[in-house]
Amino acid sequence: MNTQIRRVAFAVLLMFAAVFLKLNWIQLVRAEELANHPSNTRLLLKEYAIARGAILTSDNQILAQSKKTPQGELKYLRLYEQGPLFAHITGYYSVRFGRTGIERAFNSELVGKGGVITIQDLGDRLTSEGERGDDVVLSIDSRMQQAAAQALGSRRGAVVALEPSSGRIIAMYSSPNFDPNPLSQHSADGQKQAWQSLNADAAKPLLSRATGSIYAPGSTFKLVTAAAALESGRGPDTTFGDAKEYLPPQTDKPMGNFGGSTCGGDMAQALKVSCNTYFARLGAELPRGALEKTARAFGFGERPPLETTVAASRLPTGEQLKSPAFAAQSAIGQFDVAATPLQMALVAAGIGNGGNVPEPRLVIEVRDSRGKVIDQVDSKIWRQAVSSQTADTLKQMMIAVVEDGTGQAAAIGGVAIAGKTGTAQVGATGEDNLAWFVAFAPADSPKIALAVVVEGAGDPRSETGGRLAAPIAKKVLEAHRGVAGW
Amino acid sequence: MINGHIRRNTEASLLLLALVVAVGGYWLTALAKKPTIPAGVIGYSVLIASTYAAAHFAIRKLAPSADPLFLPLAALLNAIGFVLISRLEGPIGSPGLAAAQSRWLVVGVIAMIATLFVVRDLRSLARLRYTFALAGVLLLLLPTLPGIGREINGARLWVQLGPLSFQPAEIGKIALVVFFAGYLAERRELLAVATRRIGPIGIPAMRHFGPLLLAWGVSLLVMINQKDLGSSLLFFAIFVAMLWMATARPAYLIFGTGIFVVGALAASALFSHVQSRILVWRDPFQYIDGRGYQVVQSLFALSTGGVWGTGLGLGRPDLIRFSVHTDFIFSALGEELGLAGATAALTAYALFVARGFGLATRCGDDFRKLLVAGLTAALGIQTALIVGGVTQLIPLTGITLPFMSYGGSSLLSNMILVGLLLRASDEVATSESQGPLTEFNMPAGGGR
Repeated sequence: MNTQIRRVAFAVLLMFAAVFLKLNWIQLVRAEELANHPSNTRLLLKEYAIARGAILTSDNQILAQSKKTPQGELKYLRLYEQGPLFAHITGYYSVRFGRTGIERAFNSELVGKGGVITIQDLGDRLTSEGERGDDVVLSIDSRMQQAAAQALGSRRGAVVALEPSSGRIIAMYSSPNFDPNPLSQHSADGQKQAWQSLNADAAKPLLSRATGSIYAPGSTFKLVTAAAALESGRGPDTTFGDAKEYLPPQTDKPMGNFGGSTCGGDMAQALKVSCNTYFARLGAELPRGALEKTARAFGFGERPPLETTVAASRLPTGEQLKSPAFAAQSAIGQFDVAATPLQMALVAAGIGNGGNVPEPRLVIEVRDSRGKVIDQVDSKIWRQAVSSQTADTLKQMMIAVVEDGTGQAAAIGGVAIAGKTGTAQVGATGEDNLAWFVAFAPADSPKIALAVVVEGAGDPRSETGGRLAAPIAKKVLEAHRGVAGW
Repeated sequence: MINGHIRRNTEASLLLLALVVAVGGYWLTALAKKPTIPAGVIGYSVLIASTYAAAHFAIRKLAPSADPLFLPLAALLNAIGFVLISRLEGPIGSPGLAAAQSRWLVVGVIAMIATLFVVRDLRSLARLRYTFALAGVLLLLLPTLPGIGREINGARLWVQLGPLSFQPAEIGKIALVVFFAGYLAERRELLAVATRRIGPIGIPAMRHFGPLLLAWGVSLLVMINQKDLGSSLLFFAIFVAMLWMATARPAYLIFGTGIFVVGALAASALFSHVQSRILVWRDPFQYIDGRGYQVVQSLFALSTGGVWGTGLGLGRPDLIRFSVHTDFIFSALGEELGLAGATAALTAYALFVARGFGLATRCGDDFRKLLVAGLTAALGIQTALIVGGVTQLIPLTGITLPFMSYGGSSLLSNMILVGLLLRASDEVATSESQGPLTEFNMPAGGGR
């Protein structure tokens, strides 16, 4: 009988061995995969049990903070007391729909420890009472954000303003926008409803137009064309005679000027009145690859190194630019050229900053719960776009645009402002037309560079960049003059 | 009896370690909830310590040469379970679970002492085998009686008498093992003789299939009436194992397996609750919002615990929801104490089982051998069934994890089991120190 007993013992212990192997499989081999399974709410519940750090503006306004809930599985509720104003910057913090914006990019800092979140870390934080995540301080100035929102009003579009020397973004506003609170609420049904209605909205309020949309830059792109010409040795004295139309080589479709007008002269004169025939011809006559090279030097074709998600601005391929007709179209910001408002603000900032495009930044520093600064973001040069000489020439031409050209609506008494208007024709109806204005001020030692885009501008003969976008830019510049005292 | 003194001192020091786990774990869990020393922790520590002490001194008196490992292993596993139950009582919203479990430990130890006191000679149980058979079957049928039977979580396993509710199947299990040991010890020769042959397989006389058919009947009855897959599977496995140990006839194994396969197929075809367990086992994630919820949560708990666990009180085993303190307590262990803690517990079970089977081989007569091996197999198979179930190794069958799960009837019956093993080991040690070594009581596998 002992043989049988030993065999039964062996069989039972074999079952134990099988269980042991299965445990190793679950807890060791597949542990990571299962622990991070989307249906496993353990990590999430732990994250919501931590007092998440706040998101603040540079002038110490609280944009997002966590408040303890009286009851419920999730211990802290994320609150955005400013409503929609900063929604595209902070993003939302939703159980069901995840995180976006700063909430996503700085999640580990906001949760705390500024590093990798492991279950063990989260556990440690849970046990120590009063411990909370780190605060993230933005370069955004709440007064400037407010000014940008007021200037843009109810129109669809975006305003991006940054400090040219440091790349710090002062205001970044996109309209229409959304309230992040309903998406961040704890009720699963409430979240879902908010999500569905925002996604059903044809105006796409969840889209951050400042960084996520690429638009035809229209005449603001003439700055890049002019820069390419200057960098490739064609001086500002490059003069073309007055013309009503320009017929690029190898085509039979003439390109006309705005409103059928006649224009020409040197580069400054052409930029001042935003002469299409001049820049189309300049673009077509540029050495092969020059326009592409300069556009890339300003950041086209690459995502700017912002902390949050940005779309890359687009330019036609070198192959397409070999065709003089396409090169001419591209030179005036049409055809396949498309840029984010952030990218166009960076073009202005690069010119204002002596040819150096700064890395755009949203975050200045991270502070721990006791207010101690634990991480500071340094400003860096992203690209050397053009020589300081070229930048200086461009600046003088841009000052003339605002002084007695298409951008006069942005003029502020007593200060030289460098700017450029743009009106992009999109589609046939004019409903999708875009009004642009890019600028930096004060022209000689710029404290602010900005880009304004207004969607659905309407009739391009009357609703131009100069008429529609320049006054918005002026309001933002004036507000910054008040805040920064230049 | 010098041998006995050494064993008892070993037992005492091992019990002290179990006490450290129970009391230390309780303090840690309480501190993880609130950074203040929990109220009543002293009183609780004294209660556990004096219960262990009482058990220890009773063994010194009643079975001085008994094996020194059974009680400390049971105490250790119970201590781990207690810590987890005390950790779970808040989150799963049942206050007083830990206090109740500590009372059940007292009751369990009293039952163990009573077993040692009453059963002075294990062989005396063999004479009462039919009484045990009757008691066992009655206990199994008790929950089906109207008025006192209660259905909880879809299984009719409970009997409610006033404020007390218990699962009679747990105690019925021990009664039926006693009966089978007695019956098989008496008839093993007859059952082993082949009267006919089918091919190479010898077939014993049909009338001796009685016990197997009885086992089958009882298992089926339990399954149909009470929807208790775990118990019926356990009974069936124990009976087949004991029958084979008694007769050494492979025919019983083959026939038993055949009946099991046919029975399982029929059950999954006939009963939706059996079928759904199998479907959930094959792909729990497909039924994540329904019947697969608990199995998936169990896998999440184990995986989130990883190798070292989240730490006591820092996991979320309560997400497994109901029966996390009973059937799924091993998942809670794996989440908060990790693969390390789970392996430790599994090792303790393996030690207990190995020790039990080793004891069975050294018992001097067939009845004792079969009884000890049967009880050990029951405990081992039950452990493997439920731990295999919560790890998705096999389909989940609701059954308690011995010593660890919350519940009076489970702890009570397993402490009686410990009492019986202690009695058997004391008898073996006494006969080994008195009589010459024989083929039957020679230490197996290296001895000690």
